[in-house]
Amino acid sequence: MTLLEVNNIHTYYGNIHALKGVSLTVEKGEIVTLIGANGAGKTTTLRTICGLTKPRSGYVKLKGEDLAEYPAHSIVYKGISMVPEGRGVFARLTVMENLDMGAYSRKDNKFDADFERVFTLFPRLKERRNQVSGTLSGGEQQMLAMARALMAHPSILLLDEPSMGLAPVLVDLIFDTITAINKEGTTILLVEQNALMALSVANRGYVLQTGQIVLSDDAKSLKSNEMVQKAYLGME
Amino acid sequence: MTKSWLKRVSATDVVMWVVSLIIAGIVIYGSISSLQSGKYDGNTWKDLIVYGLTQGSIYALIALGYTLVYGILRMINFAHSEIYMSGPFASYFLASALLTSGFMDKQPWLSLILVALFAMFSSMVIAVSVERIAYRPLRKAPRLAPLITAIGASFFIQYVFKGLFGAGVKNYPELDVLKGQVNIFGLEMYRIHVIVLISAVGLMALLYTLVMKTKLGKAMRAVSEDKDSAALMGINVDQIISTTFAIGGVLAGAAGFLYAIMFRQVSWYMGFIPGLKAFTAAVLGGIGNIPGAMLGGLFLGLIESIGPTLFLAGLGIPAPNQLKDVIAFTLLVFILIFRPTGILGERLATKKA
Repeated sequence: MTLLEVNNIHTYYGNIHALKGVSLTVEKGEIVTLIGANGAGKTTTLRTICGLTKPRSGYVKLKGEDLAEYPAHSIVYKGISMVPEGRGVFARLTVMENLDMGAYSRKDNKFDADFERVFTLFPRLKERRNQVSGTLSGGEQQMLAMARALMAHPSILLLDEPSMGLAPVLVDLIFDTITAINKEGTTILLVEQNALMALSVANRGYVLQTGQIVLSDDAKSLKSNEMVQKAYLGME
Repeated sequence: MTKSWLKRVSATDVVMWVVSLIIAGIVIYGSISSLQSGKYDGNTWKDLIVYGLTQGSIYALIALGYTLVYGILRMINFAHSEIYMSGPFASYFLASALLTSGFMDKQPWLSLILVALFAMFSSMVIAVSVERIAYRPLRKAPRLAPLITAIGASFFIQYVFKGLFGAGVKNYPELDVLKGQVNIFGLEMYRIHVIVLISAVGLMALLYTLVMKTKLGKAMRAVSEDKDSAALMGINVDQIISTTFAIGGVLAGAAGFLYAIMFRQVSWYMGFIPGLKAFTAAVLGGIGNIPGAMLGGLFLGLIESIGPTLFLAGLGIPAPNQLKDVIAFTLLVFILIFRPTGILGERLATKKA
């Protein structure tokens, strides 16, 4: 079943044509990755999907429903959560308050099981739950941002550069968690500059170049694709 | 080592030190001679302190409005002084109606509460409308644009009130229940001061609880930090901004009401000076910081009240009370020179990846 469908979106920043007809689909239960260089439009694609930037043409559909009419703050109610680039944790709020904000869209008030779940995924957060998040390390902030997004019970989780600026040991931990979250049933769209890592956890992948999708294939084939190896995996 | 130290000292620093020393000298000499003159007994000081705290708590309530809006939009809402004025002004008409109907004599407390609620409501309506009409369309504009609009909105509201209701001062009804003195812990205090202090402190405690403990308060703090991330959580950013203006308006309306029953008058320009003072108080405490605004307000009120008598009366200055604004703003300049973020401003360095 197609969960998320992005069809031929064109997004502009002022006069800059950032996305020139991007189309992609994510099936339920998949990990799909979007790789590409700096400025290729990866972040813009995610921002367009969750409504922070509106496309000039084209559409984004979730479970068949067009999202064009919805403002950014109602997208999460539809089932899309995003971990933005640079994590976007609320630095002056404590870890627990950040998690509360993650559950802002929830109608019920029974969060105990969810706290338990995210603390099992990220035990470090439990130790620091009453700490102000601005004092966490970069890796802990990334964990918090992911945990916060999970609090909303999304059907699809968008991750923007989760490995950015992290030590290699933390990158491994974050990618292990991504796989674990996916096994628990959350579909994932992953944007990464670290193409090697992204392709090793993903089922399928898209390659974005200057606002256009130039390649799409399953992750294994992309990994052995000559062009991808040269441009994104640093192999000759 | 000594050479580099000398190099770092500029002529400006030297002038600043000299000025600071002169002012410190005046303050110390003035305080000592005031205290030694024996003209002022403990009772006078107590009265001055209570009066200062009362005035300060009104400043603090207004300052909270500046600080809440600054915290969430990073703009100074210069129309806030008019939001403060419009509440008590609108409820003046209710108060007069209640007085002529005789209801105010029969039920003085109930009438006061009605008048207060109406003042808070009117200020809230004006605050929300100003945001909706004058600021929201400019949300993505350069920062100077809403600032100019704010000044425009301020003049607009002032002159609408002047044009519609006249330029004169209107007198709030006099109530017997507000007169006289009460004895609290052995201290004789004016009843009106006690009422103002208790109401203001109660409102501040309520606001603090709201911001720190409730879902709405957390959402407000989230929006003030990162609007995009807040929207991703499902928080309706525009709605939260409106609510923030509404809360600021309610507090300003309450402050205006307290001012009106204390000095028993309202006028179209009554917002200007207290607004400026409250803005000073907000900056003094660290703008964007809620406890800072409270502390700044109380501190400013206290200094204004005690300052002239303590620092200046002993120097033989004929009418030291006329100089209370000089003291207040000198203090502002010095705090900003030595602590540019205000007393409680920004202690946590925000990490941005």
